[in-house]
Amino acid sequence: MSSNVRFTDFKSDAQPTWCPGCGDFGTMNGMMKALAETGNTPDETFVVAGIGCSGKIGTYMRSYAIHGVHGRALPVGTGVKLANPDIEVMVAGGDGDGYSIGAGHFIHAVRRNVDMTYVVMDNRIYGLTKGQASPTSREDFETSTTPEGPQQPPVNPLALALAASGTFIAQSFSTDAQRHAEIVKQAVEHDGFGFVNVFSPCVTFNDVDTYDYFRDHIVDLQDADHDPTSYEDARSRILDRDKEYQGVLYRDEESVPYERSHGVDADMSDIPDGAPEDAMDLVREFY
Amino acid sequence: MPADFNWAIGGEAGDGIDSTGKIFAQALSRAGRHVFTSKDFASRIRGGYTAYKVRTSVDQVQSVVDRLDVLIALTQRTIDENLDELHEGSVIIYDGDRTTMQDVEIPEGMIGLDVPLKSLAEDAGGAIMRNVVALGAACAVGEFPIENLDSALEKRFGDKGSAIVDNNKEAARLGREYVLDEYDHEFGFDLECTDENYVLLNGDEAIGMGAIAAGCRFYAGYPITPATDVMEYLTGRIEEYGGHVVQAEDELSAINMALGAARAGARSMTATSGPGIDLMTETFGLVATSETPLVICNVMRSGPSTGMPTKQEQGDLNAMLYGGHGEVPRFVLAPTTIAECFHKTVEAFNLAEKYQLPVYLTADLSLAVTEQTYPPEEFDMDAVEIDRGKVVDEGTVGEWQDEQGRFKPHALTDDGISPRTFPGTEGGVHMSTGLEHDELGRRTEDTDMRVQQVDKRSRKVDTAREREPFEPREFGNPDADTLVVSWGSNEGALIEAKTFLDEEGVDARFLSVPYIFPRPDLTEAVEAAEETVVVECNATGQFADLIEHDTLTRVTRINKYDGVRFKADELAERIADVLATGEEATA
Ligand SMILES: Cc1ncc(C[n+]2csc(CCOP(=O)(O)OP(=O)(O)O)c2C)c(N)n1
Ligand code: SF4
Repeated sequence: MSSNVRFTDFKSDAQPTWCPGCGDFGTMNGMMKALAETGNTPDETFVVAGIGCSGKIGTYMRSYAIHGVHGRALPVGTGVKLANPDIEVMVAGGDGDGYSIGAGHFIHAVRRNVDMTYVVMDNRIYGLTKGQASPTSREDFETSTTPEGPQQPPVNPLALALAASGTFIAQSFSTDAQRHAEIVKQAVEHDGFGFVNVFSPCVTFNDVDTYDYFRDHIVDLQDADHDPTSYEDARSRILDRDKEYQGVLYRDEESVPYERSHGVDADMSDIPDGAPEDAMDLVREFY
Repeated sequence: MPADFNWAIGGEAGDGIDSTGKIFAQALSRAGRHVFTSKDFASRIRGGYTAYKVRTSVDQVQSVVDRLDVLIALTQRTIDENLDELHEGSVIIYDGDRTTMQDVEIPEGMIGLDVPLKSLAEDAGGAIMRNVVALGAACAVGEFPIENLDSALEKRFGDKGSAIVDNNKEAARLGREYVLDEYDHEFGFDLECTDENYVLLNGDEAIGMGAIAAGCRFYAGYPITPATDVMEYLTGRIEEYGGHVVQAEDELSAINMALGAARAGARSMTATSGPGIDLMTETFGLVATSETPLVICNVMRSGPSTGMPTKQEQGDLNAMLYGGHGEVPRFVLAPTTIAECFHKTVEAFNLAEKYQLPVYLTADLSLAVTEQTYPPEEFDMDAVEIDRGKVVDEGTVGEWQDEQGRFKPHALTDDGISPRTFPGTEGGVHMSTGLEHDELGRRTEDTDMRVQQVDKRSRKVDTAREREPFEPREFGNPDADTLVVSWGSNEGALIEAKTFLDEEGVDARFLSVPYIFPRPDLTEAVEAAEETVVVECNATGQFADLIEHDTLTRVTRINKYDGVRFKADELAERIADVLATGEEATA
């Protein structure tokens, strides 16, 4: 930990290849700000990303990082964190990555409650494969693979997280820089799995869920008399699909992270040069 | 034929066959006898025929044979299933009071001992102990001092309190006395005891123990037969050494968690069986291109698809060698004995870290679930050495940075091996990726760099071939005209088959190969032989294909893919047949 880290310390020298105006720029800046403000250094941070435009984030940030396979970033983050609980782990991915191919891992990561942060760059479309419907696409959103629209209701990731006993559930908007960074920061500070769904518009393939759309429709929970520690409040907001909320929807103040409930606290990279001293006891068990 | 004794208990799944068999095996081992056990089990929890077989001798035993001397039969089917292994003078212990055993037929020439197992158990304190009564009866038949059974019962029931232990001891005594009183007979067995102290364990347990000895700290897995024992062994034990086991939501998750832990610097492992290997294959490619050290244990069962989950096969060799898209080096180790499951696990961790690549460690079902006795010194913990390879710390990281101070995790080196930093190391920040990358780990599609990185990764294999002794194990006559080659659990059967073949005057040189890739070059051995026979438990001869590929010489195949391991006498006969007729035989 260090107090004089600046958020630009988390910037790599690679030039992002995101389309100009892509929401992912803002999402990433907010993540870097949140990390710096919580006193983490790049040496002690591990960023795990999936596949997709969103997944490129690992390349543009400077930290220990892995750019994994599609949909599997959360398990990788879990492994990193459990093997070294001193490391700050931040997992990032897209809505396709997290709620489609990786949906199973999402539910289980939420309920496992390992102390890490998960940021989903939700553009309600598949960006990198050039514009197919994603699990969060609207029912009537026409795409190259769904000319009539998916004709299925979009998944509600916040509801999934709540149903899976999530302990920190939030939503933000990438372009609302200050607020987004602050929400991610709270997720980092949360004792357990901090989940933030970020509206991160795709300016190339999604002409419905645009900056203008979000600007017009977002309701900030700060202005809405919302108590994030109340499960009932959280539930009714999360199930209200007519509104796009920004802010912390739910925070379980009693959250006990997996590491604490399972007694995982060692840095597992540290091992002796030979078998443990009492290893012959393992053999004797077989007498 | 060594003077050994073959015993079995059989009945329906749910009859407590496994634990009863294990108690008897432990009693024999504690009496200083060598033991080799095998299980016949169906893939269901209740119902279905199950048997636990024990072969024992004062000499080492390492395979099963076609012979049963004493059988505890809880069902008629137990007798039917084992008919061809029973012989004149075999003893069948059964409970004629049991409804299903009232009309039991004891084959001619065999001795049926009707022992009221249930009522004697009730006399000792509860019907649940009827299998222990049967064990007592078996002690009488085998002239085996019943005190040896006591210590096995203490081990099994110790946690449940001394009353339970005492009742069980009493049950065993009632069974023994009943046979001595009611059957005035010499059975002709004499289970001699020695002063040796052996340990009794199976391959999965040996792998788990090897992992702890090697400093494995993180294990993530998803239950699957026959690999689950590895996870069960580690759970509760690895924590004592600062490690942790996670039961993941599926195999995709398991391998990714293991990958994450490995990148964080832990010695990390996952274990699964065929279907799980299929699921892990995508991430396998990432493990390999990101040059992450990881041990992936594949306890093979019979495939394809769900196949025969509780049956023996060595059918995944090609999947491990070639599985995954693209081309990427991986090592494949295949221990050939239970003790080697331990040693090869330790070696797998060292190889994974020294060469920074995924290592498949594979055991076949027979190796994984059968138990064998060993002197404890066989698992010499002082001899375990841990080599973490090129790990770089804050002091040395500078040597591996470019002019701008950026760490090069994929530096192009002569031996193909790059430096490695763990998160938390200042100056070692880097990204790993499944994309083709340059020395810094940055994505590239540069044609030269692509070729250089592919070459770098494969150079590790050449380096390993130079540095590591990837030797086969050899026995038999080194100058014989016939060369018999095998891999995996067949070694035990082969060693004993040699005794049979010796008796028939068949002379052979045997090689048992624990390294599938990189593997020893067998060209000289194959060229020196008039005929090479390759023995394996699969239909197509996947290992035989490799030998033909390496040596450009046709080999003769002995394959078995009925789901059952080779028995020593059966294997000897098959080898002799093949040599006599020149025809390949399959079953
Ligand atoms: C196993 C697998 N299936 C499919 C793909 C192709 N693929 C790459 S990115 C992607 C979708 C990404 O969508 P999303 O997660 O929403 O990210 P975005 O690009 O919109 O940021 C797909 C299907 C892949 N890389 N791997
Ligand atoms: S395609 Fe969409 S999501 Fe991808 S970089 Fe361009 S704007 Fe962003």
